Amino acid sequence: MKSSLLALSIALAVGLTVSACGDKKEGAAAGGNGPVKIGQSSPLTGPQAHIGKDNDNGARLAIDEINASKPVIGGKPVTFEVMSEDDQADPKTATIVAQRMVDAGIVGVIGHLNSGATIPAAKIYSDNNIPQISPSATAIKYTAQGFKTAYRVMTNDEQQGKVLGAYAAKLGKKVAIIDDQTAYGQGLAAEVEKAAKAAGAEVVAVEHTNDKASDFSAILTSIKGKAPDVIFFGGMDPQAAPINKQMRQLGMTAQLLGGDGMQTPKFIELAGADAEGAIASIPGLPLDKMPKGTDFKQKFEAKYGQIQLYAPYAYDAAYVMVDAMKRADSTDPAKYLPELAKTSYEGVTGKISFDAKGDLTSGPITLYKVQGGKWETLETVQP
Amino acid sequence: MDIFAQQLINGLVLGSVYALVALGYTLVYGILELINFAHGETTMMGSMIALAVIGALFGVAPDLPGIVIVLTGLLVAIPACMLLGYSIERVAYRPLRHAPRLAPLITAIGISIVLQNVAMLIWGKQYIAFPTTLLPQGRHEILGASITDVQIAILVLTVAIMAGLVILVNRTRLGRAMRATAQAPAVAQLMGVNVNAVISATFIIGSALAAIAGVMVSANYGQAHYYMGFLLGLKAFSAAVLGGIGNLAGAMLGGLLLGVIEALGAGYIGDLTGGFLGSHYQDIFAFMVLILVLTLKPSGLLGSKSVERA
Repeated sequence: MKSSLLALSIALAVGLTVSACGDKKEGAAAGGNGPVKIGQSSPLTGPQAHIGKDNDNGARLAIDEINASKPVIGGKPVTFEVMSEDDQADPKTATIVAQRMVDAGIVGVIGHLNSGATIPAAKIYSDNNIPQISPSATAIKYTAQGFKTAYRVMTNDEQQGKVLGAYAAKLGKKVAIIDDQTAYGQGLAAEVEKAAKAAGAEVVAVEHTNDKASDFSAILTSIKGKAPDVIFFGGMDPQAAPINKQMRQLGMTAQLLGGDGMQTPKFIELAGADAEGAIASIPGLPLDKMPKGTDFKQKFEAKYGQIQLYAPYAYDAAYVMVDAMKRADSTDPAKYLPELAKTSYEGVTGKISFDAKGDLTSGPITLYKVQGGKWETLETVQP
Repeated sequence: MDIFAQQLINGLVLGSVYALVALGYTLVYGILELINFAHGETTMMGSMIALAVIGALFGVAPDLPGIVIVLTGLLVAIPACMLLGYSIERVAYRPLRHAPRLAPLITAIGISIVLQNVAMLIWGKQYIAFPTTLLPQGRHEILGASITDVQIAILVLTVAIMAGLVILVNRTRLGRAMRATAQAPAVAQLMGVNVNAVISATFIIGSALAAIAGVMVSANYGQAHYYMGFLLGLKAFSAAVLGGIGNLAGAMLGGLLLGVIEALGAGYIGDLTGGFLGSHYQDIFAFMVLILVLTLKPSGLLGSKSVERA
């Protein structure tokens, strides 16, 4: 039994290596004729599917527009095609779909959505020299792995965490922190903790949950005993909403503060009246404050309905990628990658240019508060 | 003290839901010695169907009293889940009743995946909000701990349902037939018990409980999702095993115990270990207790060989 299992896994491994080698050539040749494939990966099933589909829609809107403008690259008319893969917000699945897309001959990838999925997938894109632009992965580690192919069009957790931590300290002296143990939630929470302490606040509790949980009453009760003024949650809206609800059920009056994963219309819908007063940040300017924001909102909503979260970033990421191809006059990853590094693009989300690691050189962060059942802009902070 | 009382209430509310779902596992196991892994998904379906009805009714007649709207949702979800439970047994388990025991286990997992995907196709991938304004929003303080109207309703309903079930199994004709089938299906059939009907009834009763539990969960947390049945089912199954699978009182005790252990574990483990272990060990803590109980008493806390089954 054991030896046959071993033989099977060796056969599988050999098979994978061979197919990977074989497909690399095919990938390079794919630029020649037929549509040029751009990968998109985000969770399209599971608890975060609504946010994942939002990214997909954002990228598709950009690619549809680009195709409609009949681009000519390298002297030939080019049409682009979005190849969308479901990474289930899972690191293991992310590496599998990354390999699948590379094998299918993509020339670049918009994704992934979650930091936890983006970080391991980045190695596969780097190994195959496929440029990657994540619309929403904010973990510091993503661009700190030393890969030349890794870029993002969103402020990282260090930048966002500094602003949120300082803001938490401004809201009250005692801060409690909960994270969902994902690369994103934990990374952001750690930065907030550092920044809040640096700003003179006392961190009275650090609790952890997970990204599938719905009962937080035990954690919150234990936090209640420490009487914090502010509770920061690093995680996504399906957990943020019940946390908010259960805080009120337990009679807690602390201010709930969160990052971009919580700043969604869904959060307000799920938390109902309890959402009132919650504060969350999102990198970039508010959509209605961006020069092309209202325009984007109209185009997007006409086609796909309400914007959930990162669609504008996925949209910008696709444009930034094609912009680099146009400047390089080639869809060959090896040729347009150097141009990607030199990007200076006026996107929907603001001005996009990259530092040596692939992070945004500058990025404003905007704080929002739920007022009258809507996220209203509180203030924009330059880190 | 108030924190301890609060954690106890948290645990009891969570545990009540586990207990109701665990009853479904234990009923079926008691009779068929089958783990109905699709039971968590039946709970999810109950929650989703009720929410769909509640949403539609709220849209058509927003002036109706909230409690009437919620009860209507529940009253549609219960028969819908009963039908679902009956169909699951009829389609996935009955044809395999005399197959090796692994076969129905696999179909159970298959059905559970099918149901998840059906729910995803019907209701989408998004979390669905429960319009909590429909229910009384009162909050009460007992011994410094806080409890909401909805949570009180959950506790009372669970106890009432449990009592009803005990009466059903011990005092009625159907209950006697169920006990007979549990002990020896072949003999029961010879004695004139319609075994197939009894098994169907068991699935139907379990599914009705699942529907109620599903509505309770979404009312308490304010949301429902096509994936919610998976973890809930796993926890409830563990609760049934903890209490002694096949034993009704055991499922109840196991559910409440698991809820309380989770709440106390998550609440105190960080302080007790000086921050070495945190609240993220909540699940591990619960399963540690489960392992401990099973090593010391493999049949579960209240489990007996087979005499008291179902």
